[in-house]
Amino acid sequence: MSVIVENIDIFWEGVKVTLWLTAISSVIALALGTILAALRVSPVPILRGFSAFYVEIVRNTPITIVFFFSAFVLPQMGVRFSYFTFAVIALSVYYASFFCEAIRSGINSVALGQAEAARSIGFTFMKSLRLIILPQALRTVVPPLISVFIALTKNTAVAASFGVSELLAKMIYLADEESTAILWILAATAIFYLAITVPAGALASHLENRLRFAR
Amino acid sequence: MSSVLYDEMGPRGRRAVAIGSVTGSVILAGIVYVIYRQMDSRGQFNPAIWSVLQNPDLVQLLIRGLLATLKVAFVSMILSLTVGVFIAVARMSRFNSISLPTAAIIEILRGIPLLLIIFSVYLGAPALGLEVSVFWALVIGLTAYNSVIIGEILRAGINALPQGQAEAGAAIGLTSTQILTSILLPQAVSRMLPVMISQLVIVLKETSLGFIIGYTELLRNGRTAVEYLGGQYSIPIYTTIAAVYILINVTLSLIATRMERRSSHP
Repeated sequence: MSVIVENIDIFWEGVKVTLWLTAISSVIALALGTILAALRVSPVPILRGFSAFYVEIVRNTPITIVFFFSAFVLPQMGVRFSYFTFAVIALSVYYASFFCEAIRSGINSVALGQAEAARSIGFTFMKSLRLIILPQALRTVVPPLISVFIALTKNTAVAASFGVSELLAKMIYLADEESTAILWILAATAIFYLAITVPAGALASHLENRLRFAR
Repeated sequence: MSSVLYDEMGPRGRRAVAIGSVTGSVILAGIVYVIYRQMDSRGQFNPAIWSVLQNPDLVQLLIRGLLATLKVAFVSMILSLTVGVFIAVARMSRFNSISLPTAAIIEILRGIPLLLIIFSVYLGAPALGLEVSVFWALVIGLTAYNSVIIGEILRAGINALPQGQAEAGAAIGLTSTQILTSILLPQAVSRMLPVMISQLVIVLKETSLGFIIGYTELLRNGRTAVEYLGGQYSIPIYTTIAAVYILINVTLSLIATRMERRSSHP
């Protein structure tokens, strides 16, 4: 137990890096995912095809390989960034496809009649999107978005083996230093992750219940 | 083509789509060209670099890695499905002394990174006096993480069944265990099969985390090859590995979609 108290600074350093990694990556991934989803539902075939191709490829690739491409292949191409930036790139590229799928399924969940009604009273494409489709799609889309966010948070741990000293990397370091207290260190690390993911999960199910009533 | 968002296009709409197609193509072609030029300037399209894939030693190394990957994936999938059933049953138990601890374990295992679970097995078991090989650390970690998810999928499947199913079972005098095993679970499994297959795709992807604890699977062998042959070969080798994963996973996903379509039109 005392090993946690003594090394709380090291844990805290790791938690901070994990939180930054999560925050920056999820903002970028959400932005990219929204663009991909917009392309995916657009009437322009080539843009739809591009988005579908991207999502299909990335979703079927292990995240470790995405990290490989960002951390080992980009430097080969002459790109010089910090390990942290490479991790942000990998996480953003990977989770953009999951955010895209969540948003797309939200848009598809809006009943066909809603859009038909909007068109029949003369709304333009943009107007029906902005006033009818998106407000309804956003409701269904929030809980799945949070699920993707939780998955992203958990997979920031993969960055540990690509040179980023986030929470899991700190745990590996401490496990080496204080090998007698390994079980305490593992438990403490788990609690730090749970402190991020459990409230997010609770928020998701709370929103899900509230939005269900609103329908 | 019409969808939620738009009807059959009129002449103006068709013109807008045509303009969008051209602009989109130009932008995409531009991006591809920039990547191409960057790669070309690094000599990445030199046939000598790609011919490394004909190196029999490399091919053998990758195939051995693929077999190791499939072995972990297969064992973990089987175990996850089995343990998943038990977790679903325990979670739905009438006894709080069983269902509440199960719910807590589910919550914990779903809330922490898979990598942490794998490390917990790998580093934690020796502290308890057990020696665990990397293979089993990976399998146990993957099973712990995925059986919980499979269990929750099954539970959702059971909950989605009409109430009458269980009631009919009770009416003809089955015990609650019999109702579960001979009425509810079989229907939940067949209903949830597509979702479970998608979860198995995820298991296959997650085996690549074995690279991190040093299990010599596909990715680890690819990395070893690049370290041995030189960084200029990283693109051909990693692209090949990615292609293998994508090929297997897309096939599995297609099977899942097929089944889904079949089960939705009985």
